Amino acid sequence: MATLSIESQKTSQIRFTLNGEEVDVSFAPYKTLLEVLREDLGHTGTKHGCELGECGACAVLLDGKAVLSCLVLALECDGRRVLTVEGLGEEGKLHPLQDAFADLGAAQCGYCTPAILVTAKALLDQNPHPNRDQIREALSGNLCRCTGYLQIFEAVEAAIVKIAGQNNSET
Amino acid sequence: MPEEKDSTKSTDSHSKANGHEFRVIGVPRRRVDARAKVTGQTRFADDIFLPRMAHCKLLRSPHPHARIRKIDASRALACPGVYLVLTGKDLPIQYGILPVSQDEQALCVDHVRHVGDPVAAVIAREELTAFEALDLIDVEYEVLKTISNPEEALATPEPRIHEYGEEGNIHKLVALEFGNVEEGFAEADEIFEDSFFYQGNTHLPIEQHAAVAIKDPDGKLTIWSSTQTPHYLHRALAKVLEMPAAHIRVIATPNGGGFGGKSDPFNHEIVVAKAALVLDRPVKICLTREEVFYCHRGRHPVLMKFKTGVKKDGTITGMHLQTLIDGGAYGSYGVASTFYCGALQTTTYHIPRYRYEGCRTFTNKPPCGPKRGHGTPQPRFGQEVQLDKIAEKLKMDPADLRLGIVESSNAMTANFFRLGTVNLAECIRRVVQLSGWKEKFRKLPEGRGVGLACSAYLTGAGLPIYWNNMPHSGVQLKFDRSGGVTIFCGATEIGQGSDDVLAGIVAEVLGIDTFDVRLFTGDTDLGPVDLGSYSSRVTLMAGNAALQAAERGKALLAEAVAEKLAVPRERLRFADRRVFDSTAPEKSVTFQEAICLAEARFGTIGTVGSYTPPKSPALYKGGGVGPSPTYSYSAAVVEVEVNATTGWIAVPKIWIAHDIGRALNPPLARGQVEGSVYMGLGEALMEEQEFRRLPKRLSHALVHKFPSILEYKSPTSLDMPDVITELIEEPDPRGPFGAKEVGQGPLLPIMPAVANAVYDAVGVRIDEVPITPEKIMKALAEKKAGREPRFGPSHFPHVNWPEPLRVPPPWEGGDGNAVNDVARRAKPRPEKEKVLAS
Amino acid sequence: MMRLPLFEFRAPRTLEEAARILDGEKTNAMPLAGGTDLLPNMKRRQQVPRTLMSLRHIQSLSHVELGHSGARLGACLTLADIAGDPRFRNGLTALAQAASVVATPQIRNMATLGGNICLDTRCNYYDQSYEWRKSINFCLKKDGTTCWVAPGSSKCMAVSSTDTAPALMALGARVRLVSRSGEREMPLSELYNNDGIDYIKRRPDEILAEVVLDSLQGWKSTYWKLRRRGSFDFPVLSVAAAARFSKNGVVEDARIAVGSAACRPLVAAEAAEYLQGRPLNQETIAEAATVAARIAKPLDNTDFDMTWRKRVTAEFVTYALRELRGDDMRPVNLLLTRHQ
Ligand SMILES: Cc1cc2nc3c(=O)[nH]c(=O)nc-3n(C[C@H](O)[C@H](O)[C@H](O)COP(=O)(O)OP(=O)(O)OC[C@H]3O[C@@H](n4cnc5c(N)ncnc54)[C@H](O)[C@@H]3O)c2cc1C
Ligand code: SF4
Ligand code: FES
Ligand code: FES
Repeated sequence: MATLSIESQKTSQIRFTLNGEEVDVSFAPYKTLLEVLREDLGHTGTKHGCELGECGACAVLLDGKAVLSCLVLALECDGRRVLTVEGLGEEGKLHPLQDAFADLGAAQCGYCTPAILVTAKALLDQNPHPNRDQIREALSGNLCRCTGYLQIFEAVEAAIVKIAGQNNSET
Repeated sequence: MPEEKDSTKSTDSHSKANGHEFRVIGVPRRRVDARAKVTGQTRFADDIFLPRMAHCKLLRSPHPHARIRKIDASRALACPGVYLVLTGKDLPIQYGILPVSQDEQALCVDHVRHVGDPVAAVIAREELTAFEALDLIDVEYEVLKTISNPEEALATPEPRIHEYGEEGNIHKLVALEFGNVEEGFAEADEIFEDSFFYQGNTHLPIEQHAAVAIKDPDGKLTIWSSTQTPHYLHRALAKVLEMPAAHIRVIATPNGGGFGGKSDPFNHEIVVAKAALVLDRPVKICLTREEVFYCHRGRHPVLMKFKTGVKKDGTITGMHLQTLIDGGAYGSYGVASTFYCGALQTTTYHIPRYRYEGCRTFTNKPPCGPKRGHGTPQPRFGQEVQLDKIAEKLKMDPADLRLGIVESSNAMTANFFRLGTVNLAECIRRVVQLSGWKEKFRKLPEGRGVGLACSAYLTGAGLPIYWNNMPHSGVQLKFDRSGGVTIFCGATEIGQGSDDVLAGIVAEVLGIDTFDVRLFTGDTDLGPVDLGSYSSRVTLMAGNAALQAAERGKALLAEAVAEKLAVPRERLRFADRRVFDSTAPEKSVTFQEAICLAEARFGTIGTVGSYTPPKSPALYKGGGVGPSPTYSYSAAVVEVEVNATTGWIAVPKIWIAHDIGRALNPPLARGQVEGSVYMGLGEALMEEQEFRRLPKRLSHALVHKFPSILEYKSPTSLDMPDVITELIEEPDPRGPFGAKEVGQGPLLPIMPAVANAVYDAVGVRIDEVPITPEKIMKALAEKKAGREPRFGPSHFPHVNWPEPLRVPPPWEGGDGNAVNDVARRAKPRPEKEKVLAS
Repeated sequence: MMRLPLFEFRAPRTLEEAARILDGEKTNAMPLAGGTDLLPNMKRRQQVPRTLMSLRHIQSLSHVELGHSGARLGACLTLADIAGDPRFRNGLTALAQAASVVATPQIRNMATLGGNICLDTRCNYYDQSYEWRKSINFCLKKDGTTCWVAPGSSKCMAVSSTDTAPALMALGARVRLVSRSGEREMPLSELYNNDGIDYIKRRPDEILAEVVLDSLQGWKSTYWKLRRRGSFDFPVLSVAAAARFSKNGVVEDARIAVGSAACRPLVAAEAAEYLQGRPLNQETIAEAATVAARIAKPLDNTDFDMTWRKRVTAEFVTYALRELRGDDMRPVNLLLTRHQ
């Protein structure tokens, strides 16, 4: 096993965009994005259930794509864009996905929820009108132990309708 | 096709029941904690970061069974960044969830009983440092014989895994007889004998257990933990740390899923508490997924033998059930689990004579305990599959057979459980209709099939874990001049929606919005005791306590308002944040004004409510497990598709009806049903807590086959079928607004319904859970070879059962006592229980 | 929280620089692509490289060239890139299908083609934490002396679990390996050793730079994967098949590969040869399936019972060949994979 040198190791620094804002952070260089978000930046909205890529609870959007923050070195995030659940709402309002999840029982214990929300957002950014099968597929990397997923699908579908409505009223 | 309707999708914002209109109850509503959850602001235990916080890791035994000869932590302590190493001698006092099995130590002192049993703790500045220092602790072990399963445990009385229990490695033996079963068999037209095996499985909450402890500024102890039972943790901490409980504060953080897996006091909680006291700094531990598998307390593997006698029309004349239960290395809830395995058989169908024998053994594996349905899914599986076999032999439709024998409301069962409302028949009729059962059963093309099964579950355990005469749940309400109401209650939010239940009930009674309500729950300093989030007890018990507290507050307010408005109290109504004359609504005050009036009149307004379940008539020893204020009922139809070449199985659709009494918040109720169906389906098809015994000549190792969330197979979004949920709402007067449980019951019928559907699809019986392609293929091969088309256990090992306690059932003039339990009869009951508890 | 061990981090911008680093570090460095295999292994202390060399800053590794004469695919293309790109159709279908059923959507956004090809072999006794492995006194592949799958064996039988490699083998792919001392190209089918430890012929100083494919004009291909759940799970058996047909439906050329049934993906040469010059009918498919299934030697070190995995192999070959013939296999696929 590795020898103990962690107490003497120097920290690393990166600058990246977190939820639309530039942040500088210094951290122990062995840390993953998950650890830096939670431990060095106080963004505890992103959860973890395995730290091995096996549950999906740590998903965030990296440059717009859903990835597992437990398997991304923080060192690899310099200059990149990260979106977490903390950055989902805009202008003081919840994102339609958040509203729908809250109203339709899609969050029971709420532990898988942040990662599912950002993953669903990435889906809708790419495909504003996914059908049930596409939603199922897009969320197939996020385990939820509470809901049985069905109310999650319904909430995503409700959000789709709401977003479409908003877009129509804007144009 | 019958029309598929989702009864929970009501669009109007009021619900009606008994001619009374509700504004909150029964109305689909955003749960009170939803916003925090969808914004990532819910503070789970591992989300707590405090200045100077140190991190704890546990060194765990690599041996399944060994004596600890020596521990030398000097190398670890010498590491830069390591603050403290604790070992067993620092925390030697034994504890455990049940008074009768205080058999755990926070860190093993001299005996390790499974791979993963903790022997030392390192507390360091960084978690990584703590982890790496674990390898520098030198432990000398003397390896003992590995006992890997109940049969081995029966055959190997020495070495004992524990020095207590029945004898050898038998932890608990139960033998109860309600009426003469042999007479029952003599009356039967047909007798069925079947064996089943139910594999163990685990809760797998996505949140891994975590705890943070601090020494308070005033020198007391506070611990935040992902626990379902803060009150029981409170008691265990006081015992092991030898501190007055009044100097300890336990805060149950919202659990990221529990399902029973966070209901025991755990070694890691005690360790961080001790470390925080020693170091006077915050200490955190968050378990890895593998360690969560070592905490376990999941479903017991159970081998079962059912002997059931029936008349030609399906009437049951007698049933005899034997179970052999793999308990793992510690007691946990195991004594209760052993009773539960035999308790609820009588609550669904009328069984005039019933005999139960159960045996729980210790083995060198992580301890089993309560998982959703605690002890009852295993025998429910056997019973419901056997009923399917009985129906076939009697040439009856399985739905009709069950309709003919369902228990009735308010009945007393052979084992003296008083039932509440029983709408099982309606559940069956609904799923039969919705699923198109009559058109499908035995009529679908080869490879497709449907299966039906039913179940019942407690709405709260009728007895507490430790003997006492106090309420099971308490609620305090504070009425504020500002117009707000604050709820204080020990109940613990584990995702099931307990906070929402409390807020909904209080808001309904007081005519305010749930948004006007603040909640302080799961905190032993702030709220009165609630025993915990287990046994589906919170909605009924904490709910009734909240109802009582709210009604009392309402009475005070009403008195003050009545005086002010000069309206008789009975005419006042509370709604829309106003208190008004129901005959002249313009005569009103605001809710805030009402509080001010009451405060002026009576002084500071605070009310309390509490709930104690009714006394159970089951007075015999062991009768404490199973009684409940009322029971929920479920029926499910599962459709399967099976590939006859590979045995591959898929479940395209499930229909389920659940007798809930009343759905307090319909989307949440439906979510509990769907979540239960999900978990049941996982158990039915793929979930397995499996162990590996390495070749004995080479190794003594016995390891969890694959303690990871990848290889422990929890169904993904792609594996979840469509589910049609029907809530049967006939309010039960015992529940708040008529509500019964919904968190566990709907899991129970899924596994047997899948097994019965497989039989309908390809004509083979899988008398074992999980039902995997391999097993189906083996059974298909048996069928092809002209042998019994079945996969399942074929023998039940010999157990020296004790003479059963004989309890004549009510219809034979029984009074709830055993006629042959002389010792118990001699003593008054409370004393006897106290002896048990000490 | 599982934590990574300490490491040095290098992030070269060119292939040359990367080759120089590997040359200097020898076996102490490992390339890091998507990290979805290497980082979990590091957290479990199965692999503890002193230096991690990131490949993601080397732009030339992410290129795609698809033309009439064939294709060149950069090693750092992500599996999501491949699965979602409509150009990966017709002859290349098997690759797109394989990429699309790896792990989960998030992992496919991170995982690379090169990493998938170089994926460490897997085993129930190996893909475990340091503490777990300690409790079985480790095994041959890492830190121990016994193989717990076959205790008499002096060889490790850990399973090749890559999805894309069998697909690429059926497509006749080659790989280009680059090191400081030069580069070499070899058929993918020759990249692997029949050894769970020394499973790949890539030298530690080499970077897998490209996958090279000849034109697959006129070919049809498909990929079938067995796993327990609709996502997450590694394959525990897979079959890739590609064929070119004459106008009247006779097989002119065929390649079949069987994955996750040994230490390396297996080429079912005999079965493919048998099919040549024959139409795909019930009889020829059955015969080819029986012959192809013979080479599968699953052991008790993955999910599912090994005898069952062995017994369904022929069935999976049948599925693949029937699909190539043009049968509508969607219902079977849906039942099996739960993917639409
Ligand atoms: C939960 C889970 C499920 C998974 N399921 C599947 C599955 O179903 N099917 C499957 O095939 N895989 C699966 N994987 C494994 C893994 O995600 C994929 O194989 C992935 O393609 C690996 O690519 P990567 O870029 O992430 O590799 P990395 O982890 O970056 O690297 C893997 C190995 O390849 C080496 N390497 C990477 N790129 C190069 C290169 N260009 N040249 C030389 N060496 C290189 C690395 O040094 C390392 O040894 C799963 C992983 C997880 C965590
Ligand atoms: S096959 Fe044997 S040597 Fe190889 S990883 Fe598995 S147990 Fe270890
Ligand atoms: S924490 Fe489980 S996938 Fe990242
Ligand atoms: S809501 Fe609890 S895990 Fe998804």
